[in-house]
Order: sequence, then C-alpha cells, then structure tokens
Amino acid sequence: MADLHELENGGHTHAHAFDSKAVRKEIWKVTIYLTILTIVELILGFVMMGWEEESFKRHFVKGIILILMFWKAFYIIGYFMHLRHEVRNMILVIGLPATFFIWFIIAFLADGSSYKHLREKYDPYKTELYQLPMPKHEEQGEKKEIKPEEKPAQPQQQ
Amino acid sequence: MSVAVREQKRSAWGGGYSPFKVEYGKLMMWFFLLSDSFTFGALLISYLTTRFATMGWPDPNKVFKSYPGASEFANAPLVFVSVMTFILIISSVTMVLAVQAGKEMNKKAVIKYTLFTIIGGLLFLSCQAWEWTHLYREGAWWGRNPFPNFDGSLSSPNFTNFFFTITGFHGFHVFSGVIINIVMLIMAFVMYSKKEDII
Repeated sequence: MADLHELENGGHTHAHAFDSKAVRKEIWKVTIYLTILTIVELILGFVMMGWEEESFKRHFVKGIILILMFWKAFYIIGYFMHLRHEVRNMILVIGLPATFFIWFIIAFLADGSSYKHLREKYDPYKTELYQLPMPKHEEQGEKKEIKPEEKPAQPQQQ
Repeated sequence: MSVAVREQKRSAWGGGYSPFKVEYGKLMMWFFLLSDSFTFGALLISYLTTRFATMGWPDPNKVFKSYPGASEFANAPLVFVSVMTFILIISSVTMVLAVQAGKEMNKKAVIKYTLFTIIGGLLFLSCQAWEWTHLYREGAWWGRNPFPNFDGSLSSPNFTNFFFTITGFHGFHVFSGVIINIVMLIMAFVMYSKKEDII
C-alpha cells in the first residue's frame, strides 16, 4: 500500500524529504541573478540606442543581449520550473523537442529573406512603394475637417 | 510469493516503476508548457519571417516610448516595457514560493504567495490594457499602422497586426493563469487537511 502511494506521487516519498530552507535560499538567489541579468540587459539596450544601425558594435551588443536572454531562460526553466531537479530522461523529453526551434528559426528566416529578394527582382513595384514617404500624421481635430472626397488616397501595402 | 514477483518486475518497462519520477499532473503540465512554447514560437517565428521579407519596419523605440501619466511628448523608450517584464519575473518568483509553501504544508504562506501572484498577473494585464488603449488612440490597430519606418518611408500594417496578435495571445495566456490561480486560492481556503493537493 505504501508502495502504491509512492507510485502515485511519482516517487516523491514525503513532503518533508528535502531541506526547505535550502530550496527557499536557492529561489531567492536565482531571483537576484535574474534581476541583475535584466538590469544589465536594460543598460546595454540604453547604451546602444544612440549607436549607428547595422554597425558592428551594435550587432555585437545585440549578440551579448541574446546570450544573456538564453542564460535567463535557463535559470527560469531550470530552477523556477524545477526542470533541473528532474530525472535525466524527463529533461530530455522536454528539452529535445525544443531543439526543433533551431531548425524553425534558420529555415523560416531564410524563407523570408529569399521571398524579399525574389520580390525585389521580379516585382520592383513593391520596392518602389516602400521608398514613398509616410504621409504626415494628422491631428485628430484636423482629421474631422477633411471631407471624405478630399482625403488623399493612402496607398496601403500588403 | 508476492515479494518474489515484485523482485522480477524491477525493470524500467516492467510496471510498478515510475520512470520519470513525476506526478501525472506535473508531467501533463510539462507537455502543456511544451505545446504552449510551440504556439508562441510559431507566432514569433511567423513575425520574424514577415519582418525578414519586408523592406522597412517601424522603430520600436519611437512606438513604445510612453508610460501612464506621461505627457504627450514624453520620450522614454523601453521603460514601461521593462517594468512589465519585471512584474512578470516577480510574479513567477511568488508562484515558485507558493508551490514551495504547499510542499511545506504551510497553508498561510500558500494563500499569501498565491495572492501576490494573482496581484502580479492583474498588474501586468492592467499595464497591457493601458498600452493597447494608448496605441489605439494613436491610431494603431489591426490593419492600421500610423508609425513610419526607420527611414521615414511608408510602413505596412504588418507591424501592428503582429504586435496586437502576439501580445493579445500572451495577455490571454496570463489571464487564464490568473483565473487558475484564483481557483487554487479558493481551494487553498477550502482544503484544511491535505494541503499538498493544491499544488
């Protein structure tokens, strides 16, 4: 009977079988790690805001922020969601399907980029449309004064 | 007799053995989380694909630059978004603490931390409601995009379509979490003897 109970609880024999103080200490430690990582990411985000687009140092800082985000995700999934304390097979059952994302991201970004280049080559009308300046944003009060037939046609692209 | 049978069954595939050493509910929660991550992954990857296929895109630092109570000309990019991210991190901490309190059979702490988690979720949803209202008043909605591209050229409504769809899905995800937490709070109030059941 005791065995059956153990089986239903998935092998966790008793609620007090672990040191709760150590677990709570770990939770607060991870919270502080996550806070520090978030603040560092924010500082990097503010620092690079004024930098030139497409410059090497901007890409470099973006890469650092990506690595920090992966680090944060590892802490949240591993400690807050307890995955690190599970059996190895359990970690693999959840972790291996998630690696599909590597393929998804590479394949779909390549697809989007190839679509863009094909369109630039065979449908230059769209490219020209993108060069048009955005019509000036009208204030709400002014908008009401314009009659429907006078309203300039706003080309919307798909 | 029964002891002899049991000795033979001690293989991973022979039954009488929990290979993952997790409860049924926890295993199903992990499968739900995996499927949820694929749902959001699909949304985000479709957004990335469209962004890679589009020639220009609005500058998020110019779109998300306001916060509640700010003047019309406030220029504080990232600030309100960071506050919302931090609310989510803190509410996940209180959720973990509530689970831990449940394992310690500490009913009072379970109620306290579940309540904090619910407040955190509601706070996030309120922030999102403000942000959506603010953007709607600026003229942004599904199919409408008032923000020009980085270089001032004409932008497509893809930007607002993806923004409202993805944050809408995420808001629904948070909202359902708040509802489930409220149910668990009621269960924590009702259950006296078996407090570990609520986790």
